[in-house]
Amino acid sequence: MKIQDGAALERARTLMMQALDGEISAGERRELDDLITGSPELVAEWRRLRRVKEVTTDMTLQNPPAEIWDGYWTSVYRRTERGLAWVLISIGVTIPAAYWVWHVIRSFLADTNMPLFLKLPIAALAIGVLLLVISVVREKLFTARRDPYVKEVIR
Amino acid sequence: MLQTADAGQTEDGALVRRAQAGDAEAFGLLVERYMRRAYFAALALVSRREDALDLSQEAFARAFLARRSIDPERPFYAWLYQILRRLCFNFLRDRRTRARTFEAAGTWLADEAAERFRSDPADALARREAQRRVAAAMEALPAREREVLALKEFESLTYREIAPLVGIPVGTVMSRLYSARRRLADALEEP
Repeated sequence: MKIQDGAALERARTLMMQALDGEISAGERRELDDLITGSPELVAEWRRLRRVKEVTTDMTLQNPPAEIWDGYWTSVYRRTERGLAWVLISIGVTIPAAYWVWHVIRSFLADTNMPLFLKLPIAALAIGVLLLVISVVREKLFTARRDPYVKEVIR
Repeated sequence: MLQTADAGQTEDGALVRRAQAGDAEAFGLLVERYMRRAYFAALALVSRREDALDLSQEAFARAFLARRSIDPERPFYAWLYQILRRLCFNFLRDRRTRARTFEAAGTWLADEAAERFRSDPADALARREAQRRVAAAMEALPAREREVLALKEFESLTYREIAPLVGIPVGTVMSRLYSARRRLADALEEP
């Protein structure tokens, strides 16, 4: 007998998961048995899933060398110090660099000696670089907003 | 059991309050309490020990910097796990990194099964081969399915414990588990 009812199939699969993980009640177990009985497809699927469960039950994550735990908190603390250092370095570099860029642009615009055929390509180059930076930043922000994993994070 | 969990949460809350007041050692105690769990959660997702260590430490470092936003009344690990899983997912999205993890299929697993079945070498060999196949298939699973499977199989959490950690309904936990296990079953039957 084939189970053609999609809802019944879905229910059977849910019950199979509960049975494999020991989260099934006696009533649900009877319901699962009833659904499986007479359906060779479900019997075969149940056998395959139980085989997977057998294998994964035997699997254990490998322990790291014990000394890792000794210096774990120290490493975390150093990371926070380094993070703070990077923030300060970034601030220290960004503000003078921005001032320098602003100064160069001002001098460039005020320079009356530079011929137009040089001024225009340099301006095009500067605008091109700016557009590129904006595009990369926008893409990064867009990816972060549409990140399917981030969406389901509940804080 | 419930009382023990409540007591643990109360202690966590007290440590969080002390850390928020500027006591870094209190945060160190929280790290010591959860470092193993965070490390193994990362290992189950990213497969390499070095990466798991790096990502779990980074999660704690970010949690430390953001400690003032922690709600002491809520479970600390659940909050930390949100940071950790996001770091791991970002890491997995990097294609170059993913290609590198394929090279090391199954090296993140302990070889305990082989030890257990040492008396029957043929059985041990068959089980090791099955584990190798399943491990490789797990590494190829979509990250969200792998996450739920890891929480179930390696942390032995119940569906009701997994759901709030991952931020999905219990029904979705079961459907992700089903999908993951079906893929693993396919891998086991490949010639």
